[in-house]
Formats: sequence, C-alpha cells, structure tokens
Amino acid sequence: MTFVSIRDLRVAFDGVQVLHGVDLDIRQGEAVGLVGESGCGKSVTWLAALGLLPGKAKVSGSVRLDGQELVGAPRPAIEKVRGKRIAMIFQDPSSSLNPVQRVGKQIMESLRLHRGLKGRDARAEAIRLLDMVGIPSAATRVDLYPHEFSGGQCQRIMIAMALAGEPDLLIADEPTTALDATIQAQILDLLGTIRRETGMAMVFISHDLGAVSVVCDRAVVMYAGRIVEANNIRSLFSAPRHPYTAGLFAAIPDIDADRGRLVPIHGTVPDPKNLPTGCAFSPRCPRATAFCQTDRPHLRPQSGGGDVACFQPVAAPKAFPALRQEALA
Amino acid sequence: MLNFLLSRLARAFLTIMLVMTFAFVVLRLSGDPAMVMLGPDAPKDAVDAFRARWGLNDPIWQQYLAYLTQILTFDFGVSMRDQSPAIDLVLERIPATLALTIPALILKVGIGIPAGVYAALHRESIADRGVIMMSIFGFTIPSFVLGLVLVLIFAVTLDWLPSGGQDTWRHAILPIATMSVGGIGILARFSRSAMIEVLGQPYIRTAMAKGLPWRDVVWKHALRNAAVPIVTLVGFMVGALIAGAVVVESIFSWPGVGRLIVVSVSNRDLAVVQCLLLVIASSMVIANLFVDLAYGLLDPRLRHKSAAH
Ligand SMILES: Nc1ncnc2c1ncn2[C@@H]1O[C@H](COP(=O)(O)OP(=O)(O)OP(=O)(O)O)[C@@H](O)[C@H]1O
Ligand SMILES: [Mg+2]
Repeated sequence: MTFVSIRDLRVAFDGVQVLHGVDLDIRQGEAVGLVGESGCGKSVTWLAALGLLPGKAKVSGSVRLDGQELVGAPRPAIEKVRGKRIAMIFQDPSSSLNPVQRVGKQIMESLRLHRGLKGRDARAEAIRLLDMVGIPSAATRVDLYPHEFSGGQCQRIMIAMALAGEPDLLIADEPTTALDATIQAQILDLLGTIRRETGMAMVFISHDLGAVSVVCDRAVVMYAGRIVEANNIRSLFSAPRHPYTAGLFAAIPDIDADRGRLVPIHGTVPDPKNLPTGCAFSPRCPRATAFCQTDRPHLRPQSGGGDVACFQPVAAPKAFPALRQEALA
Repeated sequence: MLNFLLSRLARAFLTIMLVMTFAFVVLRLSGDPAMVMLGPDAPKDAVDAFRARWGLNDPIWQQYLAYLTQILTFDFGVSMRDQSPAIDLVLERIPATLALTIPALILKVGIGIPAGVYAALHRESIADRGVIMMSIFGFTIPSFVLGLVLVLIFAVTLDWLPSGGQDTWRHAILPIATMSVGGIGILARFSRSAMIEVLGQPYIRTAMAKGLPWRDVVWKHALRNAAVPIVTLVGFMVGALIAGAVVVESIFSWPGVGRLIVVSVSNRDLAVVQCLLLVIASSMVIANLFVDLAYGLLDPRLRHKSAAH
C-alpha cells in the first residue's frame, strides 16, 4: 500500500528551478534508495516534502501521506507529521545535534512530543533507545553532551531520536557519508536491524551504490532535479538502463577488476541555472543523439519492469563488469 | 573547575598589574605633575618641596616599587590637589555614574536583543529592514553629537527636560538616552547576526524535523545557542559600566567617574588617576571573568576546553 505519494514536486530557489517535477511513491515498510551525484536534488525532495526548506524556496506539486496533502498544509499539520509519521536524519551527525543540550534531553523532547512520555518514564525510554542503537553504558551517558560522542555515536543518537516518535517512514539523508568505512558498515547494519524489527519504511539517500544495495529493496536514480531511472535493486544492478545509471556503476572502483576498468562519467553536473535543452544528461551521455539534445524524455515504465527516462536506453545487462560482488549478494 | 577558576584569577591579576604598570609609564612620561599643579610660574623652592613631598625626586625604579607596594597593600594615597584619600574621591563618584550606566545597560539589553532576534526571525521583512537601519544609525552617530542634538530638541527647543546637572531623575533621562542608543544598535545588529547564524545550523533543522513547534525551536534551541556570542558583548558592556560615561557625563555635566577622570588627568593628579585606572581595570577584568564563567555555563564544549588550559 502506498504510504507517501509524491507527484510533480517542483522546487525553485530565488527563481532557479532545482527540482523539475518528481514523481515518487513509497509503500509501507519498503526501503528505497535515492542515488545521484551531489546537487541533483535528493535532499531537497524530502526537505520540501516535510516543509523544511527555507522560506525563499518555492515548492509546488503534491506530497500526500495516507491521502493527506502536505505541500502548502498549515504549519501545525506538518509539525504533526514530522518525527511522528516521517522522521529524518542527516548527513553530518555531529552538527545535527544541539551542542548545548544533553543528548538524553534531546531524545526525551521527541518522546514527550510524540508519545507523551515525561520525567522518569521518558528518561527510561531514552536510555532504552540509546541502548538499542548501540550506545555503550547508555544509562550513564544519557546526560552527556553531543561533543562527548564520536561522529558514529552521534549518528546512532540521531537514529534513536528518530525512533523516539515510532515513525512509519525514516528518511536517512546520507547518514554515513561523514563517517569512516567501518562505522558506515555498523550504521548500515543498525538501520537494517531496526527496519526488520520495526517494519518501518525507509528512504536511504546516498552516493554509495554499494550501501544502497545492502539496505534497500528498490532504488531511484536522480539527475539534475529529475528521476531518470527507478527499479528494484537486483534489476537495477544487473541491468541498468539509463546511461547515467550505467555510468554510475562503471565509476565504482572494483578491487577484482584491473585498474583500467574504472570509467568516470565525463563532464560535470549541469548548473541548475542553465540546464541543457533536451535531456539534461545528453552533453555527458555516450549514447546521446541529436534528438536527445532537443527533446526531453519522460519517465516511462519499461516492458521488463522499472521506469526509465531515456530515448536511447542501454539494453545489454552483461556490459557492466565493474559491478561490486557484495552489491549483488 | 577550581583549576580553571584559579588560572583565570591569576590571569586577571596579571592583567591588572600590566595595566597599572603601563599607566605608571605613561603618566610619568606625559608631564610633570608639579608644573601642572603649581603652574609654570611657581617659585623653584615650592616646586622642589612639592616634588619631595610626592617622592618625585626618587629614582624611577624606586618610585615604581613604591607604587606597586601601594597597589598591593590597597593604599591608594591622597589626592595631590585636595589631600583627601584618592579612593574616597573615586568611590563617591561611582553611584552617580552607575545611576546612568545601569539603566542604559538595561535599555540596551532590553531593546537591542529582542529587536535583533525579532529581525532575524522575520528576515527581509519591513521590521527587519527597520531594525537594520535603526541600528546602523545607532552605532554610527557619535554620542557627543547625539547628546547635543537631544539637548537642542528636548531642552532648548521643547524645554521638556533639563540640559545638565543631577538634581532630579528627570536630569538623567537625556544622558541615559544618549548613552543607550549606540549600544542598542550594536546589540540589535549583533543579536540579529548571531541568531541568523544559529538558525542556519543543522541542529535547528533537526529540531524542526522532529516535529517541534516553531516557538519551541526558537526558544529551546536557537536562543540558547545564540546566547553564547551575545553574552560576550553584554559582558563588555558590563565591564564599561564604570568608565563608559566619560563623554556623556561631560556633555551633561554629570558629576560621575567620567568627569573625575577628565579633571584629574588634566591636573596630573597621579594618585587619583592611578586609583581610577585600578578601579576601571578591575571592573573590566571582573566582567571578563564572569563572561568566561558564563561561557562555561552556556556552552558545554567550552567548559571542557577552558578547564584544560
Ligand atoms: N537552501 C538552499 N538555497 C539555495 N539553493 C539550494 C538550497 N538547498 C539546495 N539548493 C540547491 O538545490 C540543488 C539540489 O540540492 P540538494 O541538496 O537536494 O542536492 P543533493 O542531491 O542532496 O546533493 P548532496 O549529495 O550533495 O547532498 C543544488 O543545486 C543546490 O545548490
Ligand atoms: Mg543532500
């Protein structure tokens, strides 16, 4: 059952359009990966959905949660959704916690807000949550300040805080980008465990296709403010159809392959202020034709499953040897 | 915490001693008190007697030692002019000055901070632009100009308020107003930018994302963080409570510490000037000490860092 339904979501900052009509459905309990290069609009999509963008952002389109429209909804209505129905955690855990407030207090604030817990009950629950996300000696560390924890622990605390509202959907916006590799793996593992235990849905925003493949059932690829491909993990990884998706896979370093295999995507992400006409990826696309430079492809369901926005989609699955082993596992 | 306190106290003490040494050097370099006190035409033996009486003929290091001993034993000497104890001259002026500077400080804090915070919360609104313009006006206009303008308007033209003196509370209105305007402007501008800085921080987004009502985001998360830099500035203002009214006291002939500074410096009344400097330096250093302590209370990160010093 569809839980969140985004239709034609558009966002502009100071007249510069950065999101050009995003359509996305999140079903109850599923885990969806959202990937794409920096600046393609992954964060903005969800910040807009939750009304967290600064006032200068112009948001249009529709975001429905169980039928309730969120775009343009009055502030109290959105405040009831945030944290309770949809929680969000961010890229830089250390600066995402209030530096002058004890971590326990920050978690208890959510508990009071969403579950009406106060005083001793709230404290006990905060300790339980900290314990659950793997903070050692939670009972004594509940009264420490964020700077007394490592980055990875801060992210665990952020997750505990997000869980405090028992949300139906967790948006994890690059939760591991700021952390080193071993900690990344632990956080991913934690998110996986929590999802299994609580059954909540998750949107996992990441640059890291490997991480997405570990955590998600389905992935959505964005480019320059649009969705260019969406499919389940297995199909997407074995047979990416959009040349951009294919390029993302080819750009992943692979220890088993020889060094010559690493193929970067040429060029850079276009500036939202002057997007190329036609398909925004066409200037960088090895398969682009003259048509791609004048007309824009729409996201269309494909016969083999999945959606692709491309006039010249890649066909052959076996053309991508640079795939990570563990990504397929 | 005790270590922290002791090291801060030691530093405060050193600062005061440095200021006093500096004052010693400058005062001795800048003119002969005997000449100033007795006038250029004074007979030679009168000058000699004066110099002997005040130890001005001793070698400079001996004078310096005597000076340090005085300070350390809280013996501030007597005024060269009227022989009364210097410390009494200074202390009796302090209430008059505080009668101006404390209300002014209350106005600065009570108007400046809320105005700045309001502007930051309503960025780009008419109110915000108004606050920016008023605060630029406030801290660019020199207080002697503002003081004279206010006197012209309210004392001379409208004749609502007295232009000088200290007889009733009405005499304090113009000096207090003159003194507050600049500080209100500075605090408004500073609070605005501190608040804007904080509102852009990731933890504010976190607080919103958890579903906290906007009021609580502002009160419980933003203000607490913006308080750290604002307290510094207020601390400086507290430090200037005693010495910060020189210009205004002169304009409005208000018999406070500021007037005493002007008079005793121009008279080279060494004992009084030294005593004034000591009191002023101490008040600033103590204010700074409190700012440091407040930092620790407001920001747990600084608490640990400063304790480590
Ligand atoms: N507050 C803002 N003001 C102006 N422009 C913004 C703002 N936030 C985002 N943008 C712009 O919107 C576009 C999309 O940004 P977004 O943060 O969604 O990218 P992203 O896909 O999340 O990238 P990253 O992987 O770096 O987080 C970018 O061009 C960015 O410059
Ligand atoms: Mg982002």
